[in-house]
Formats: sequence, C-alpha cells, structure tokens
Amino acid sequence: MARKKKESSGLNIPDAPFRPGEEAVFETWSWKPSDLNRPDPTKCNAEDTAPHAQGLVRVLGDDDKASGAWDPKLSADELREGLEHMVRLRIFDDRMMKMQRTGKLSFYMRSFGEECVAIAQTMALETQDWIFPTYRQPGAQFVRGRDMVSMICHCIGNVEDNIKGRQMPVHYSYREGRFISISSPVGTQFSQAVGVAMASQYKKLDEVTITWIGDGASAEGDYHYALNFASVFKAPVILNVVNNQWAISTHANFATSGDEFATRGLPYGLASIRVDGNDFLALYSVTKWARERAAAGAGATHIEVLTYRAGAHSSSDDPSRYRPSDEHTKWPGGDPIERLRDHLIEIGEWSAKRHSGLEDRIDDEVMSAYKEAVKHGDLATGPYPEADTIFTEVYEEMPWHLKEQFDEVMEG
Amino acid sequence: MANMNMIQSLNNALDIMLERDGDVVVYGEDVGYFGGVFRTTDGLQAKHGAQRVFDTPLSEGGILATAFGMGINGLRPVVEIQFADYIFPAYDQIVNELAKIRHRSGGEYWSPVTVRTPAGGGIRGGHHHSQSPESQFTHTPGLKVVYCSTPYNAKGLLISAVECNDPVIFFEPKRCYRGPFYGDPHNVPTWKGHPEAEVPESHYTVPLGEARLAMEGDECTVIAWGAMVHVSEQAIRNSGISCDLIDLQTLVPWDRDAVVNSIEKTGRCVIVHEAPKTSGFGAEMAASVQERCFYHLESPIQRVTGWDAPFPHTTEWDYMPGPTRIAAAIRRTQEG
Repeated sequence: MARKKKESSGLNIPDAPFRPGEEAVFETWSWKPSDLNRPDPTKCNAEDTAPHAQGLVRVLGDDDKASGAWDPKLSADELREGLEHMVRLRIFDDRMMKMQRTGKLSFYMRSFGEECVAIAQTMALETQDWIFPTYRQPGAQFVRGRDMVSMICHCIGNVEDNIKGRQMPVHYSYREGRFISISSPVGTQFSQAVGVAMASQYKKLDEVTITWIGDGASAEGDYHYALNFASVFKAPVILNVVNNQWAISTHANFATSGDEFATRGLPYGLASIRVDGNDFLALYSVTKWARERAAAGAGATHIEVLTYRAGAHSSSDDPSRYRPSDEHTKWPGGDPIERLRDHLIEIGEWSAKRHSGLEDRIDDEVMSAYKEAVKHGDLATGPYPEADTIFTEVYEEMPWHLKEQFDEVMEG
Repeated sequence: MANMNMIQSLNNALDIMLERDGDVVVYGEDVGYFGGVFRTTDGLQAKHGAQRVFDTPLSEGGILATAFGMGINGLRPVVEIQFADYIFPAYDQIVNELAKIRHRSGGEYWSPVTVRTPAGGGIRGGHHHSQSPESQFTHTPGLKVVYCSTPYNAKGLLISAVECNDPVIFFEPKRCYRGPFYGDPHNVPTWKGHPEAEVPESHYTVPLGEARLAMEGDECTVIAWGAMVHVSEQAIRNSGISCDLIDLQTLVPWDRDAVVNSIEKTGRCVIVHEAPKTSGFGAEMAASVQERCFYHLESPIQRVTGWDAPFPHTTEWDYMPGPTRIAAAIRRTQEG
C-alpha cells in the first residue's frame, strides 16, 4: 500500500547568502567599540561572557579611532610591528601564489583577508606558549621569528625543507617557535591542543596553548571533544573558531543552522567571546584576556573570530564558481591591513608614503628570500630530499622491514 | 617472583612505570577511581593520585587527541580504550595523527603514547565486545602493534611499550586475563601454577619485536598471538605432531628471524588468529613466509582464523578457531 504523502518541501538544504551573478549586500554592523565591558578574566564566570558571545568585541571604529573597554592601548611601535607582519604575510602569500601559478610550487594556500588572525593573536601571547595552527595561521611564524628562506624551502620541498619533502606546501613545522606541525585533516589539532595544555597544567608550567579551527571543521567531532575536555579539565587553552564564512565552497550555513559560533561555548561552561577578526586591536585584546584567564587557572576561552576568507581556499580552488567575485570587498569588517594602517595614520604614527616604503622593502625581502631558497633546489629540477627520507623517522629507529624496503630503493 | 594473573601483571607494570617516571599518566573511561571495568588499574589512583591516574569523558576520540597533545608536550600517556571494538572513534587520531607526527614534522615532534585495549572473543561479548582489530593497525606505518598472551609477557611488553618513544597499540586478550584459554569454554583454568604466571615483581622488559617460542618441535610451525597461543598449544597436543609454536608477541615489527628459522627447520606452517580471514594479519604472515621460505615449504601454508562475518554472541565457539580446527590444519600440512 502506498504511504500517504504529507505537504512538505522535503529536505531543508541551506544555501549561501549570495551566488555568482548576484550582488553581495551584507548588513552593516551595528556593534560599536563601546558596547561591551571587559570583565575580569581571572574571576568572571562563563555566563558573564554571554553578552560577548552574542555581541561582537570591536576596538577600531568606523572613524579609525580606538575606543572602548577592550582597547589594549598598544604603543605605536607595537602597532607598526603588527602591521609589518601582516604586510609581510600578504606580500609573501601573493608572491608564493604567483610561484604556484608558474609551476614553481606544487600547491599553495594564502591567508588573504585573515592576516590579522594568527599575527595579532600570537603577538598577544608569551614566547613559551604553544601554537597549534591550521594551514591558515602560518603568519604566527613571522611573529616567532622564523626565517622566510626556510619557509620557502619547505613550500618547494627541496633539500633544505625541514620536514624533508614529506607534506604538501604550507604544512609547516617550527619547533623552535613552539609552532606545532600542521596536518591536513581539519579539526584534529583542536582536541590535541587541549592535551598539550593539559600537559602544561600537569607540569604546573606557565604555558598556554592556542589553537584554531574553521567554521567548516567545527562540524567535526574533534571540535566538540575539545570543548568538552577543555571544560572538564579546565585546561589552559585558547580555542578559536575562525568563522571566515567559507569551507572551500561550503558556506558556514552548513556548519550551523544558527548564525554564530561563539555562543556554542557557553553550554560547555567556557567563557565565550565573538570578536571582529579584522580588527587588530580587538583580536589582540581578546586573546590577551583569554591568556590571562588560562594562566590564572580559570579555564579555557572559546573565541569566534569573525572574518572573511577573501581568497580562494587553495591554489586548487576557484571561488568565482560559487560566490560573487567581489564579495570580499563588501564584507562589513573590511580589510585587516587597511584598517590598522588607517588607524596608525589617524593617530599620526604612519603615512601613505611610509606604507608604500614598507611594501617595497618587504617585496625585496621576499624576492631575495626566494632567490636564496632556490639555491637549495627548485621544484622542477631539485635537488630534492634523498629517498632515504621516505624511511627515516617513521619510527625512532628503523625496524628491519623498513630497512629491507630502503635497501630495495637504494639498489634501484 | 609472584604468581600473577594477567590483570595483576599489567597492573604491576603500570604501577612500576608510574613510580619510575613522573611523565607517565594513565587515563581512560572508568580507569581512575573505579580501577577499570576489568580492574587493570585497580588501586593505582589511590596509590599515585588523581593527577597521574584519572577518569575521562566517554570519548575515545578525545582520549587519543589529548594523549597525542600530552605526548607532544613531554608526557608519556598510557591510555585505555575499554574494548578494542570502541577504538574506532579514535581511528583518525591514531592513523592520521599519532602514527605520522614524527615523520610529518621531520622529527621535530613525536608522541610516545601507549594505547592499551582489551581485545578478542570468548566472553560472550557479541559483535562489539569481541573483535580483534589488530590488522587495522598493522597496516599503518608509524605504529608498533603488540599482542600479549601471558602474565609474564604482558608485564614485560607493557613496560617496553611505555618506555618506547613510538606510539604502541597494545592488545590484551581479555579471555586470558584470569587464566590461559585452551579452547574449551567449559573448562577454563586460572593462571595458578602456570609457569608463565611466575612474574618478577620488579622492573623487567620483554623487548618489542621479539617472538617467544612457546613449544618446540620439528614437523610444523604454528604462528599465533593473543589467546590463540594457548588454543594452538592444545591443538598441537591433540594432533600428536611435533610443532614449533611461535607466540609472535609483537606484530609490527614482527620477528623475522624466529619465523624464518623455524620454517626452514619444519617446512610447514599454520597461522592462527581470531580476526576475520580476509586481510587479517595472517595474510601478511603467509605472504611473507612464502617470499622468504618458499623453497623450504613442503606443503601449502594453512590459515585458521575467525570467519569473514561479524563476531556472534551465542555461537562464538563456532566462530573462533578451536583446537579441532587448528589440529586439522596442522595435519593437513603433513599431507604434502
């Protein structure tokens, strides 16, 4: 017997707000820098942050001035340092993407539009703190002092690649800077970072761990493991959801049926804050707050970093197929570099001329680093790491079965 | 020396490692206050404190992820997955993360986690308290895979696993926790009086990668691990055929010399495991044996395994290899 059908539109399939050919019209943000107080991070309860999870912490206003309780009151030197790192990352990314397009790198991923995220947040930490990034936070390495030549050697996968040509470009590892090896499965680092923090806690060290996950990967189990373990064990960890609107072509509407991520931390008992991810001052300030809270033993903070992935997911992606090409220019949060630049100009600590001078200097820096890097091998002709690197470091010591296979390679 | 069952010897190994190394932490579901559903961690929290031995949320993925992170940051976590059947929510963390971190980071990071997990059938555990998923880990480079079988090797192997700087998946045959199992569910002895249950109370190791010759003979080589070592012992007795019984102990890396030397002597080989036949570790053993010992083989290699079907509840004795099936396989090797 045929079952009776009821009136229904079938599955509820979400959609992105705007598609190619449509005009992207975002609502103008009504949140102001003065909207939210700054509770005492060492004493407040998770529920005291409910307004911060529902609202949006901002410091830079539309007038390019800093104001409100969250203004970190950084010196002009510190602001210029942040600006320089962001400009460095953008120029580096643009140059590397060109290298990919001309066949000099196998693959690349830019941080375009999200330069502020890793840079402001790493600057807000102490040098002993652990950084557990995704592929969209390579900028943290500049803050921690990594040599650009060694980063390019990794991206090429030449003999000087510190991870020996084993992973795709942008999967950096930088032990000296406590920057933990990036892996491709999205989300795994989020729950692992809680373990890193638990070890610091166990050893009673003044160390905090910071980690990030995308809006897309927040749908993975690891995201929820992380929030729950961080909450139950009160781990000194900073858990960031970078809501950049897009996971390759999948809009954030598929990651949640709501329109925010920050509030998800509240039922886990975690202090939760949403912050304008293109506002250097706000992001620095919120991260500093979370570090203070973690270091005081008051637990983890769950932060939604609201931003926009202005570029493609990777060199293999073409966003014009699924969103308006100019959508990123309509983002109400603007561009993170322009906003910090304009603020510095507004307070009389920067100028258009100095800015273009900085860009020229970094352009040269990147080009000479690239020239230096290819001395150790380029993608087309090498030299590449030796074939023995396939077999080494699989285990601490090579077991007999790998030795046999290694010998087979060596015998040709 | 003391007579210990396998629960006691594993507990003793953890106790010793907690005592010797302040970086060792032991955790998992029901592991802390209660001491584990099989009692393997009984008394350890009371003795070493809740900082060292603790309970976790019911989250195998979270347990492995945090262990990975702790290992990166200098600790030596020993985690328990309550039943091997429940390890799969943590599979990504083990296979893609734990196994690869040393290699993928160019040796900058590593995470020396030991994952203890009770495995195998014989306790009427049905589909999800009986599986033996070793081959789902032996296929992943970067992991060491151990399967203990007696109180003596359980302790020595577990200490080696904890001291090892590589991640180790450590399978414990739950059917043998309280006694060796000879394949007769109506007659299950305890470990009392068994020579392999005489366990030194102090620290010792059984090296990873070395097999144990459990019986010595010259007409056939039987290779087994876990509970199947004891079932094979019974089968060899029943068959009346003189056999080497190799208890592999470590599956990755397995003991090439022990296996090759034995088969060069006997010319015949039977491989026994509880897990399903297709793509079981027995397939790897059979392939390796013929690669290395082809001209010494007098008859086809025999595999006696669980069937390629989900592990059953009430018919588990028809599913698991028993002495009759194994003895028949040993006899078949003598026909060639």
